[in-house]
Amino acid sequence: MNDIRFTIDGKECLGKPGQTIVEAAKANGVYIPVLCHFEGLKPVGSCRICTVRVGGRFMAACTQPLIEGMAVENTAPDLEDMRKSLIEMLFVEGNHLCPSCEKSGNCELQALAYRYQLMAPRFPYLWPRRDIDASAPLLMLDGNRCIQCLRCVRACRAKDGRKVFAAVDRSHRVKIEVDKKLAAHLSEDQARRAMDICPVGAILRKETGFAVPIGRRKFDRAPIGSDVEKGTGR
Amino acid sequence: MTQEKEIVLQHPKDPSALLDVIRDVQTRLGHVPEEAVSRIAAHLKLSEAEVRGAVTFYHFFSLTPRGASTVYLNDSITSRMNGRTAVARAFEEEADCRFGEVSPDGRVGLSSTSCIGMNDQEPSAIVDGVVFTKLSPDKARAIVRGLRDGTPASGLVAEFGDGANQSSLVRAMVSNNIRKRGPVLFGPHEPGAAVRKAVSMTPEQVIDEVKKAGLLGRGGAGFPTGLKWEFCRREKAPERYVVCNADEGEPGTFKDRVVLTELPGLLFEGMAVAGYAVGARTGVLYLRSEYAYLRAHLEAVLAGLRKEGILGKRIAGSPKFSFDIVIKSGAGAYICGEESALLESAEGKRGEPRDRPPFPVQAGYLDRPTTVNNVETLATAARIVVEGAAWFKAMGTPKSAGTKLLSVSGDCARPGVYEVEYGLSIAELLDMAGAPEAKAVQVGGPSGTCVSKAGYQRKICFSDLPTGGSVIVFGPDRDIFEVVENFMEFFVEESCGWCTPCRAGNVLLKKKFEKVAHGKGTEGDLRDLEAWGKLVKATSRCGLGQTSPNPILTTMQNFPELYEARIQKGRDFVPEFDLAAAIQDGCAAANRRPACKEADHE
Ligand SMILES: Cc1cc2nc3c(=O)[nH]c(=O)nc-3n(C[C@H](O)[C@H](O)[C@H](O)COP(=O)(O)O)c2cc1C
Ligand code: SF4
Ligand code: SF4
Ligand code: FES
Ligand code: FES
Repeated sequence: MNDIRFTIDGKECLGKPGQTIVEAAKANGVYIPVLCHFEGLKPVGSCRICTVRVGGRFMAACTQPLIEGMAVENTAPDLEDMRKSLIEMLFVEGNHLCPSCEKSGNCELQALAYRYQLMAPRFPYLWPRRDIDASAPLLMLDGNRCIQCLRCVRACRAKDGRKVFAAVDRSHRVKIEVDKKLAAHLSEDQARRAMDICPVGAILRKETGFAVPIGRRKFDRAPIGSDVEKGTGR
Repeated sequence: MTQEKEIVLQHPKDPSALLDVIRDVQTRLGHVPEEAVSRIAAHLKLSEAEVRGAVTFYHFFSLTPRGASTVYLNDSITSRMNGRTAVARAFEEEADCRFGEVSPDGRVGLSSTSCIGMNDQEPSAIVDGVVFTKLSPDKARAIVRGLRDGTPASGLVAEFGDGANQSSLVRAMVSNNIRKRGPVLFGPHEPGAAVRKAVSMTPEQVIDEVKKAGLLGRGGAGFPTGLKWEFCRREKAPERYVVCNADEGEPGTFKDRVVLTELPGLLFEGMAVAGYAVGARTGVLYLRSEYAYLRAHLEAVLAGLRKEGILGKRIAGSPKFSFDIVIKSGAGAYICGEESALLESAEGKRGEPRDRPPFPVQAGYLDRPTTVNNVETLATAARIVVEGAAWFKAMGTPKSAGTKLLSVSGDCARPGVYEVEYGLSIAELLDMAGAPEAKAVQVGGPSGTCVSKAGYQRKICFSDLPTGGSVIVFGPDRDIFEVVENFMEFFVEESCGWCTPCRAGNVLLKKKFEKVAHGKGTEGDLRDLEAWGKLVKATSRCGLGQTSPNPILTTMQNFPELYEARIQKGRDFVPEFDLAAAIQDGCAAANRRPACKEADHE
């Protein structure tokens, strides 16, 4: 099939049919920040960090398929401020105390906060009461840091296909639960994958911790998005 | 065999039966105990976490006991305006427990719920599926006493409403309150005429007629119905579906309730007509749980239509066209009125909206092309097929053809359902409903617009004031801030929680709004409200979050003087929490004298 022509902030780009805006942008060396999105998983559009504007309408670039002739706005100041607001919202709706968090330095939320130079959130902290579930042998789930990205829900399945993680309740009370029976039988690999797929410090592998020293953690080495933008500068 | 096991085993081993099993357990055991969760999970090959996820999503399901009987008292603004507080107190006193709790003897649980579609007869409540309207404190006490004595809720209904509400299959105290009968929905209709006419035409001709009539969806979004049917028909697929949206969850609308009560035959014909047009054999009526009291009545009407050959195999004399309808129930979630969330729920899952594309017309119910239409839209389409596009188009305005059912409630002499032509002004409507002193009118429910007197010449139509049907009138003494607070509570509670701006943004908006409403706001807070409202609208994933800031934004726009009067002028910052005042309050409560003076805290 023919390539799709589109622009991002005026830059002429080519994409493939079936690609989302995020995927096509990446292929063209343009970074659109994402948080709930994870390559290889069906996008769910939950964090809304990837919001772009096309023809005056806002849309999530991780779920929106490319359309011929699209003129995508990605870095307009008001858009960037919206993204920053959403990151701030995620901070105030949970309880994030980075200095004591094992994911610090490897956390995508924290990395985005740095990228957006977040100093103090414009919103008041909500200080919700959230639970920690450490009943599974290999994992612990800390609701204080969960951002409801649904990556774990999508990615982690037991051998028979059942979901190991699921969302329960609704509204601001919605939370991620780990299935107690299935979690009891997770393999080492499954537990490791669950921790790795979680963008924040909500799913942690028990027993090992703080394995990588400060200075060599993922985002110590290169800021978030720089892999995509390499060569284009910023 | 345990009761749990027995109930679960009666259902097919099909994950799409999840909500049906849960409902069955909930109805028979009063909640969904842990043992049932394990049984259901094992039976349907789901994880227990997933089952708990479905139970906890819906308001009428619960993992913990809610009493042998449960009272769900409506918490809409109209209920509050009509004395809900006193009624709630009476329930609490008589049951000896607070809302959210169960009485000490376990007989009665009390729970609040979002609008149950009875705004014209508030305060109202649903008790074990039975609707009680126009409650007073005395009636509330009598209900609790009756339940405690072992009388089933249905046995406590003393008088019945009008029309089909009296029929042996409904026996509800609900009144129709039909105030104005128009020519489309309430015009003379010969049963079966629409289906017979449709099958005498080609499906394309039916679609064309509906297109020419200019019928726009009555559920809120106003999408052209004929076009939707055409898109659905165009998709190549072995199976297509017609889904009727009878979720009617927008606070203040109840017109679909009246169609379902008095005109179900016309509605079902409309579904069959849609089925013929798009090439579907099955229709699904998604009925909100609050209207479960109509289910037996609706099933009986369906049975009658099958008997007369208007539904079933090769209907209305057509050699080829077969169509039948099944009813699926909701379980208490406003978001399930959103069409893609509705489809998820109809498939037995949490009612979380889907991403689009694909649109329902491409991949809807069970992933098949599906046209989702509102109750009124389908009933109207049936009438268009019989009477013709020209007849319909001659009513209303050029861009908003035909008539609209309005649900009018609040401070007016004649609350109820009005079938009016599009283009009617608010002033004319207020005249009809008997509300000469109205200070504000909420058009389109909480997600719509709050109109002030200056806007009473505005017209009800798609290009000016669109509405799914909800019109709530506020008299001169009402506090608009209380109204907005109630609406924001509604959105906070009903957000599905999927996306950041709707889940967290609405909580933050509500908090900020309360600060202003309680007189602690500044001009900066008003600017924040506007900016945050725009943010939530722009970035939310579905129509709920894209409209939830409207109560704040439209009142700020139309009632700026009210906000001006509430804020602390000239001050840059006022803390949300007043420490000095809190200490004074605390000391007063504890009967102590403050150790230091107020000034020390400044
Ligand atoms: C939060 C939300 C709630 C909705 N609730 C309803 C509803 O209760 N009934 C309804 O018909 N449409 C409702 N809608 C609109 C539906 O998504 C859909 O547009 C409608 O059912 C299409 O039917 P129509 O074209 O006949 O209006 C709702 C939309 C949103 C975003
Ligand atoms: S999850 Fe990320 S943002 Fe949250 S506390 Fe840990 S490092 Fe900080
Ligand atoms: S636990 Fe982690 S992966 Fe799962 S939803 Fe929360 S933040 Fe996302
Ligand atoms: S990355 Fe697109 S919504 Fe989260
Ligand atoms: S959770 Fe409501 S629009 Fe996202």
